[in-house]
Amino acid sequence: MNGGNRRDRDTGWSWWYLLFIIQLVAVVWPAFYNKLEPTFIGIPFFYWYQLLCVIVGAVLTAIVYFAIAHERQSG
Amino acid sequence: MQELNWTALIVFVVLFAFITWLGFAAARWRRGDLDMLHEWGLGGRRFGTVITWFLVGGDLYTAYTFIAVPALAFGAGAIAFFAVPYTILIYPILFLVFPRLWYVCHKHNYITPADFVRGRFGNRWLALAITITGLIATLPYIALQLVGLQVVIGALGVTSSGYTGDVPLIIAFIILAAFTYSSGLRAPASIAVVKDTLIYITAFAAVIVAPIQLGGFGKIFSAIPAQKLLLAAPPANSTGSYGVYVTLAIGSALALFLYPHSITGILSASSGHAIRRNAAMLPGYSFMLGLLALVGFFAIPAGVGALPEFAGGFKQFGNNFAVPALILHIFPAWFVGVAFAAIGIGALVPAAIMSIGAANLYTRNIHREFINKNPTDKQEAQIAKWVSLIVKFGALIFIVFVPSQYAIYLQLLGGILIIQTLPSVMLGVYTRWFNDWALLVGWAIGTAFGCWMFIAANLTPNYPLHFAGYTFPGYTALYTVVLNLLIAVVLTPVFNALRSGAARPDATVAADYYRP
Repeated sequence: MNGGNRRDRDTGWSWWYLLFIIQLVAVVWPAFYNKLEPTFIGIPFFYWYQLLCVIVGAVLTAIVYFAIAHERQSG
Repeated sequence: MQELNWTALIVFVVLFAFITWLGFAAARWRRGDLDMLHEWGLGGRRFGTVITWFLVGGDLYTAYTFIAVPALAFGAGAIAFFAVPYTILIYPILFLVFPRLWYVCHKHNYITPADFVRGRFGNRWLALAITITGLIATLPYIALQLVGLQVVIGALGVTSSGYTGDVPLIIAFIILAAFTYSSGLRAPASIAVVKDTLIYITAFAAVIVAPIQLGGFGKIFSAIPAQKLLLAAPPANSTGSYGVYVTLAIGSALALFLYPHSITGILSASSGHAIRRNAAMLPGYSFMLGLLALVGFFAIPAGVGALPEFAGGFKQFGNNFAVPALILHIFPAWFVGVAFAAIGIGALVPAAIMSIGAANLYTRNIHREFINKNPTDKQEAQIAKWVSLIVKFGALIFIVFVPSQYAIYLQLLGGILIIQTLPSVMLGVYTRWFNDWALLVGWAIGTAFGCWMFIAANLTPNYPLHFAGYTFPGYTALYTVVLNLLIAVVLTPVFNALRSGAARPDATVAADYYRP
């Protein structure tokens, strides 16, 4: 990856990709979320936490998408 | 088995008739010359962001997913929720790897992952290994779609005594085979729009209606036995169910996009950019999968397992009957028809794409490589159409004559096999560092160990790895692909040193992996 030119920004490395680590870390060790409390509208933590992670993951992916699209335009 | 449910059956048949018409009409959609393999087998690579979203979603979230994930929640509890971290992890992979793969495949007219590996590493035997792995992993997956279809046909009250009971299944499959033959990938792409709409309606209806009928989430979860509600805490000196949960999620996520049908769906997009946009939009499906896993839990307090009218269904289909039983229990008959049609059509879309993916593989990487090196475009497309028929009827015969449990075993093994193509395909997209023979040896050893561990664990995909007094039960696919990769890394410098003369040529150059 010989960074710098416009083409590389399209499918080469971007520091924005590091945001993906957040969603990996959030779900990678179940000991952290394998519990009942606190519940949310009667749903145990284990379940609503992971569904929340889906939404957080979707938001992060969208951020990366727009950030890269922007980088490429201004590059 | 319960009475024939006429209202539901009529709604089901009407919706099936509609998608049959749609499947044939699709041949004229974004018209292309269907005598060219990339037109028949990749829809001419013309699907924009929206169609790709439906197609890839329809492809990855199969009928069997909708039946089996809630069935696992119903039977085994919390472990079924590994499907949620799994769907969280697949989109970064899609984002990082597959736009590059799309660009290089578009540039060189590659249609299959094995085409890419052949061009990248210049080794036909490595490409053959990728091809055979893809075919073996896909066939039981097609058969499993039929299991999903069988369950809903049975739940409609169509009695299945002896082989005559398979007649509705055979009719559904003839329809599928005919429109796939005539329209290629355009058929499942157009039907996927209907399928996903119906599935979304069903999933949301179930998640709203069931808790109301059952008295709220608090009541539902308090009715679930404590040992099903959370993962079991690991015993001393073991990572226990935590390790199983995480390795299943990571291993399944890595394997997913290596399946030929996933790659077929991705390569049919109109640009690498459309793929990335999809990676940002597809988590919409992840949330639905999480909701569906919850639906499996709803079946427990609904008590469907103990109701006499469902006893026959549970006896025949086991826990896979949990979701159909819940649907029959909580919805009016007409909506039962909609929901079952959603699942039934949900079986046809991925089955069509899988058979097309398998046909592309055979045509390009076995027939063209080893049998007829210079087919005309028309011959090539014709062979693919025939292979797609053979593959589907093979799956049909398998499911009619062999207990469905074998298809389930083979599909579990398929995940372990397909992940062994990761170093060549996914890492190959980023680097040509690996030696081709080192990759082949890594693949062979990973595959052999994977099969052995699967058998040693009594035909289950989780193997208890013992190391330094500790036990690490986990997904065999993840363990063996690490072994595969280590071997490829160690052998690459060795084989490079032994090789006399220049390395095999790489047909691709760095610029092929970017937007031109």
